Amino acid sequence: MNAFRPPSPSLRFIPVWRRNFLVWRKLAIPSVLGNLADPMIYMLGLGYGLGALLPEVGGVSYLAFLAAGTVCFSTMNAATFEALYSAFSRMQVQKTWEAILNAPVALDDLVLAELVWAASKASLSGAAILAVVAALGLVSSPLALWALPVVFLAGLAFAALGLIVTALAPSYDFFMYYFTLIVTPMTLISGVFFPVEQLPAAFQALSSLLPLSHAVKLARPLLLGEAPPAAALHIAVLAGYAVTAFWLALGLARRRLLK
Amino acid sequence: MDTLSVSGLAKSYGSTAVLQGLTFELRPGECYGLLGPNGAGKTTTLRCALGLTAPDAGTIRLAGLPVPERAREARSRVGIVPQMDNLDPDFTAAENLLVYGRYFGLPDRAVHERIPRLLEFAGLGGRAEAKINTLSGGMKRRLTLARALVNDPDILFLDEPTTGLDPQARHLIWERLKQLLAQGKTVLLTTHFMDEAERLCHRLAIMDRGRFIAEGSPREVIAAHIEPEVVEVYGEPGGAPAGPPQGGAAKDMEQAQPANEHHPLPRERGRGDGSLMSAADWARAEAAQFATRVEVTGETAFCYLTESAPLLRHLAGRQGLRYLHRPANLEDVFLKLTGRDLRD
Repeated sequence: MNAFRPPSPSLRFIPVWRRNFLVWRKLAIPSVLGNLADPMIYMLGLGYGLGALLPEVGGVSYLAFLAAGTVCFSTMNAATFEALYSAFSRMQVQKTWEAILNAPVALDDLVLAELVWAASKASLSGAAILAVVAALGLVSSPLALWALPVVFLAGLAFAALGLIVTALAPSYDFFMYYFTLIVTPMTLISGVFFPVEQLPAAFQALSSLLPLSHAVKLARPLLLGEAPPAAALHIAVLAGYAVTAFWLALGLARRRLLK
Repeated sequence: MDTLSVSGLAKSYGSTAVLQGLTFELRPGECYGLLGPNGAGKTTTLRCALGLTAPDAGTIRLAGLPVPERAREARSRVGIVPQMDNLDPDFTAAENLLVYGRYFGLPDRAVHERIPRLLEFAGLGGRAEAKINTLSGGMKRRLTLARALVNDPDILFLDEPTTGLDPQARHLIWERLKQLLAQGKTVLLTTHFMDEAERLCHRLAIMDRGRFIAEGSPREVIAAHIEPEVVEVYGEPGGAPAGPPQGGAAKDMEQAQPANEHHPLPRERGRGDGSLMSAADWARAEAAQFATRVEVTGETAFCYLTESAPLLRHLAGRQGLRYLHRPANLEDVFLKLTGRDLRD
């Protein structure tokens, strides 16, 4: 059977999701703290530090500008870490995937569970940051609640991309390629720390091909109390990344594990 | 047949043919053994049967369903004990069983009901809350067996279930497997341990390089492929290679050992009649008149024969040789059919 045939998952992904959730619950507090602390430090440090030096950025204080970027940035990191390090540990080191595949769970179900789980974890951390941002008075309207589904959708997109890397990785060290060559550059050109318009045209074009800028273009207006222009386009790009990357990751995982 | 039937199974990786047209069928309630050296294709056969590897040719039916088309469904009726433990290290013993039961679509309540019985069966009655890293190797294997029973399957696949376990643990696993067979379950077992295969299997097949080279009940296979008795002959420790017979008053002699010899000579020790021999030399010289077939490996001579009395009489009169007389077993068949070379 062709490894890249269309995915055919079933509801059997749910018990696998539940398994990951149960593990997380045992370590929940350190995990949430970890997902929260790093982006918060960036946001507050840069927001207050640089913000004091900068005039308005994108029409608002730098701290307010940075808030939406931070929500997206932390969602991406949480989803990516879970889909890379945690999934790889389960697949390769603990042989958890092997145990699950001996049950009536197909690889399609398993990879979908990993995808949705990573997105769930990312959503939790994104929601936590959102709560802090709201507490700091940087959120003007209830429209900001729409940022939660945006965070989940972005989580799916980044988790799916992460699972491609996991399916290919011979070891943990391989992940450095992904972070250095893709994640970090993407973070810097996607409007997280400064408006995309500051970039040369070529980089702006590149930015629009990558998922992070689309997440930011949805989140920032919402946090500032406005409906995002071209929302359908941004949603479509994120969904497209999620579906295509999932398909590719599953095909690669089939080739790796089911030969 | 609602167990496993395999016909014409073939699988190649690149230019290496790992399975070359296997055909076999499990009878309900039997224990069927797959034996073979490393690389024979045992694990590949199991993976194909479970739908985890797609074969190049052949038909497979597991629990009455075609594999790989309906493999996921078929696996709901099978319990699997894999070669390497893959229990969840973050969970307790009971949690491992609960989480696994969910993969079969069992409601939590049903699994919770089964957990005490399963732990009891595994001899882990008081250890429901034990973390996996506090369990010994034998306990983990027993827990894995209990986990394989969480869905109350009729068919069990066990891949080398007692490798790495001490004798007590092995015997406990064997007792449990016999209990399961008595309950009417069907078991497919792969193993390197010939005593395990002889004890547990109603029928077995010896595989090498993707083909069956022997099949039948343990007794049938032994009777068909090897002489009924074996006498293993060893040189006594300190026995020297044959040299000219020492005359009459041989005493303890020390032989100088040059330090840079590639094969240092063993020390000679004088014996009454002065005949000093290694088993290998003896075998080359004299074994053929007593045994149908003789194999010499290192310093041991394996004599395969139908009638052992003449050889035993001869050896009793022999100094410098020690021997072990036993019935031929599956290991002898195995080594005869697959050779004594290492398979890396």
